[in-house]
Amino acid sequence: MDLTHGGGLELLDPTAERESGDRPLAAPVDGTAGLRIALLDIRKPRGDVFLDELERLLSDRGFLVERTAKPTFTRPAPADLRREIAERCDALVEALAD
Amino acid sequence: MARELVAIIKHDCPVCVALLPALDAAAVDGSPLRIVSQSDGDDTAALWERLHLGAPVEIDEELELSARFDPDAVPTLLLLEGGEERGRVEGLARDRLTELAAEAGVALHLDGLPAHRPGCASRTRDPRIAAALAVRAARAQGRLRSRSLVIGAHEDPHEALFERGLTDGLPVVPPTPERVVAMLEGTHRGSQEVVGVVPPYGGTATVEKVAVNAVMAGCRPEHLPFVLAAVDAACEERFSMHGLLATTHPAGPLVVASGPLTERVGMNARGNCLGQGNRANLAIGRSLQLVVRNLGGGRPQLEDRSAHGQPGKVGACFAELQEGSPWEPLSADRGFDADETTVTLYAAEAPRLILDQIARDPEGLCASLALGLQSVAHPKQLLIWDALLVIGPEHGRILREAGWDRARTREELMRRTTSRVGDVLRGAGGSPEGLDPAVFGGNPDGAVPKFAGPERIGLVHAGGGAGLFSMVYGMWASGEIGSTPVTRRVEPWT
Repeated sequence: MDLTHGGGLELLDPTAERESGDRPLAAPVDGTAGLRIALLDIRKPRGDVFLDELERLLSDRGFLVERTAKPTFTRPAPADLRREIAERCDALVEALAD
Repeated sequence: MARELVAIIKHDCPVCVALLPALDAAAVDGSPLRIVSQSDGDDTAALWERLHLGAPVEIDEELELSARFDPDAVPTLLLLEGGEERGRVEGLARDRLTELAAEAGVALHLDGLPAHRPGCASRTRDPRIAAALAVRAARAQGRLRSRSLVIGAHEDPHEALFERGLTDGLPVVPPTPERVVAMLEGTHRGSQEVVGVVPPYGGTATVEKVAVNAVMAGCRPEHLPFVLAAVDAACEERFSMHGLLATTHPAGPLVVASGPLTERVGMNARGNCLGQGNRANLAIGRSLQLVVRNLGGGRPQLEDRSAHGQPGKVGACFAELQEGSPWEPLSADRGFDADETTVTLYAAEAPRLILDQIARDPEGLCASLALGLQSVAHPKQLLIWDALLVIGPEHGRILREAGWDRARTREELMRRTTSRVGDVLRGAGGSPEGLDPAVFGGNPDGAVPKFAGPERIGLVHAGGGAGLFSMVYGMWASGEIGSTPVTRRVEPWT
């Protein structure tokens, strides 16, 4: 029996063998007043300072601002929260902080 | 039902060569005797010519027939009825061969041959061929389903795997199908069983895929049950492997094994147990990291956002030393039976030394250990960062002789790591870091503990026999807001 693999070495793939499909970027948000913008606090210290300032700037320009927060910075946002933001808001700003 | 005889031979077996003229004479037209050669067509033809044989011969090209009946030795004479085996003789056993042949109505004349000769190993017993046959069988049974990567004859396997992003940078053992099949012998679990879904991208870790990574990391089959248990623990939601990768903190998964199987597989709980030079510790810890990289997709500077990392993120694993321990096994402390072997996964920084060469009583020793524990993360950061103390045997002896169990030791450590609030607020001692006065500032003379509870101080006994040292691992954010240690039973492989 042939043990040579045509002169090469046969190895097994150590990955989960999943194709990472290309996901196109969402279309840029049209900067029109009246859009609803979600501000997501990931619960890191001083993330709120940044978001407070952003809320002021956005409100001054006529955007509707919705403040949201993850339960803890150490875990991904729960699926329900992600869905809620996607349904209610036109865009999301996430405050990654350290 | 029709009976037939099958004689399996190979060209380079002197006992086969001695027997062949008699087989040739018996395999006349219409005879139920078939001669099957394990050698290739050219070698077999050359033998037939040399011995002036006339009987037809079949070449067992892919060794399928040989693998099916799986003889240890050739020549082998099989008696089949309706394709099912009814009897066999391996090697040259003159009387038994004659009797078996007679059962199929064949007269074998073996006069002049020795009464007994053991024969030669069947080609299926050649280690390389046996491994390839095991792979073929595993594929046919669906036990091996991974995609093949064929590395060219002129490629270096390590460089080829590195270029594909499949290693941590250090050389790996190439995961050939033969090695993976051998690795799977280390567990009784089905190869397609799902061990867990690995963060951050949710790759499915089957037993087979974990075995591929364990081969690469340098494991032996008996290490696989420890790796499977560690992967299972890492995929548990409360361990929060996703957050552990995403954080800028340096922690990584630390595997602490406890129980009788640790010694059987050669894990180190003694001198240099947190260091290099022990295959089992290194390979088990590294396997988990390769699983996170290759199955989960967590790569440094991409998904893994750690600002510094630490050397243990190549792989961190050690065993608890039960001999001389002041305490029952960690397995028991974690809710398992004391004689079970477990792994406990912690989200840990690099360890560092706590020295006390003077203390001879448990109170004094705990006072020193408490000073070391205060420094985890920051002396004024409290209630968030857990710790694991690795008590060295010379420190452990002091606790053991005083009869201090884990509960008593923890009680003392909790007491001695409790601070006056005013001393650990932001700004106290000139350092802006610390407890938030808006939350804690009401009573500066109140008390606040370093740890959220006694159970948040992990205690394990390990290390070399000389040295009045212990080691402390600081943890990543702990409990509900971060990672909770997870313990899994290691399933024995036999």
